[in-house]
Amino acid sequence: MNNEDKETAAEMQQIEIIIGKIMRGGVFLATCFMVVGLLLLLITSNTGYPGTTFPTTIAEIIAGLAAFKAFAFMMTGIFFLILTPFLRVVISVYAFYKEKDALYVYITLTVLIILIISFLIGHH
Amino acid sequence: MLNDILIFLLIGLFAGTMGAILGLGGGIIITPIVTLAFGLDIKYAIGASIIAVIATSSGATIAFLKDDVLNLRVAMFLEIATTVGAIAGAFLTGVVSSSFLYVFFGALLVFSSWNMFRKLRTGAEIFHETKTNSLAVKFKLNSSYYDKNLKKQIDYQVTNIPTGLSIMFGAGLASGMLGIGSGAFKVMALDNAMKMPLKPSSATSNLMMGVTATASATIYFFNGSIRPDIAVPLALGILVGAAFGSRIMQLLPAKIIRGAFIPVLLYLGLQMILKGTGVIS
Repeated sequence: MNNEDKETAAEMQQIEIIIGKIMRGGVFLATCFMVVGLLLLLITSNTGYPGTTFPTTIAEIIAGLAAFKAFAFMMTGIFFLILTPFLRVVISVYAFYKEKDALYVYITLTVLIILIISFLIGHH
Repeated sequence: MLNDILIFLLIGLFAGTMGAILGLGGGIIITPIVTLAFGLDIKYAIGASIIAVIATSSGATIAFLKDDVLNLRVAMFLEIATTVGAIAGAFLTGVVSSSFLYVFFGALLVFSSWNMFRKLRTGAEIFHETKTNSLAVKFKLNSSYYDKNLKKQIDYQVTNIPTGLSIMFGAGLASGMLGIGSGAFKVMALDNAMKMPLKPSSATSNLMMGVTATASATIYFFNGSIRPDIAVPLALGILVGAAFGSRIMQLLPAKIIRGAFIPVLLYLGLQMILKGTGVIS
């Protein structure tokens, strides 16, 4: 390993600590909503919704959160969990930028753009 | 209800631990349990599987504040091929025969299992390419990691980058068209083709499969395929299991991890071939 490689490795380690903290925050938030929802469900034995239905739109979920409905909290937690890998890509762009690695800023941005495109395609 | 929740928590713990060690998604465990044991629609099995993939990926990610085994550059570099493949796959659904794809990808997995077996027999776990790969240098893909089992820093170089990219594109295609193979093909590209050591391969695959799954997961979320009463206990179990599994993975000898891969890949491959040829549905 030459010096240049070593410098790159050291920079990456610092960046990964920052990424690690943000990721833990994201996963912790998702977990909190899931746990609160699950506890609500177990304590009240009521999902908050008729039969086996559950909320699948943002509006329904927000309304359900305000009304303290178990399934609304659980769906919010799942939604945050789904977004954590996306968050990881976003902060990686920033991390590579801080590291002044232009090549990987572009590469990671490309990944981000492709993800957004596939998200948009999927919703049509 | 409490019983079901406990069962899904436990399944999650197991699937998360195994998934994080191997860098696989856990769909092979989740889908049969949800459809066969609980008799639920395949739609909910797919929804649960995709949440399982993301929970495994994120759970493994948060186990370490600073993951020295993971190769972030390789992950992002190859992720381009995978995500483009996934989009292409979504468009090609119905154009290319899915039974052909099942057989083709299934055969690749069987071959990959055989390759792993051969590597295990020869006992070659760490690769030092004497010739430096110019593409790997250009894209800064070579790296090193501290192996907690061998108690030493291991420098490695990656090679066969076009092949790796092609397999990753295929992995995306398979997950876009068939909704399978989130992790298996990634480990195959990294370990078999690009000659990355097994532990960085598994950790990098773990990160990548979460990123690949995130776009399609939002679709499943809004079309009602993700049942909170299944997904939440499963995800909580997996998060704990994966955080635990990725710690064990670093301590295990690579040989044992490889040994676990061989039957899993063989099973996955044979299952896909049988599905493609119509023997099982």
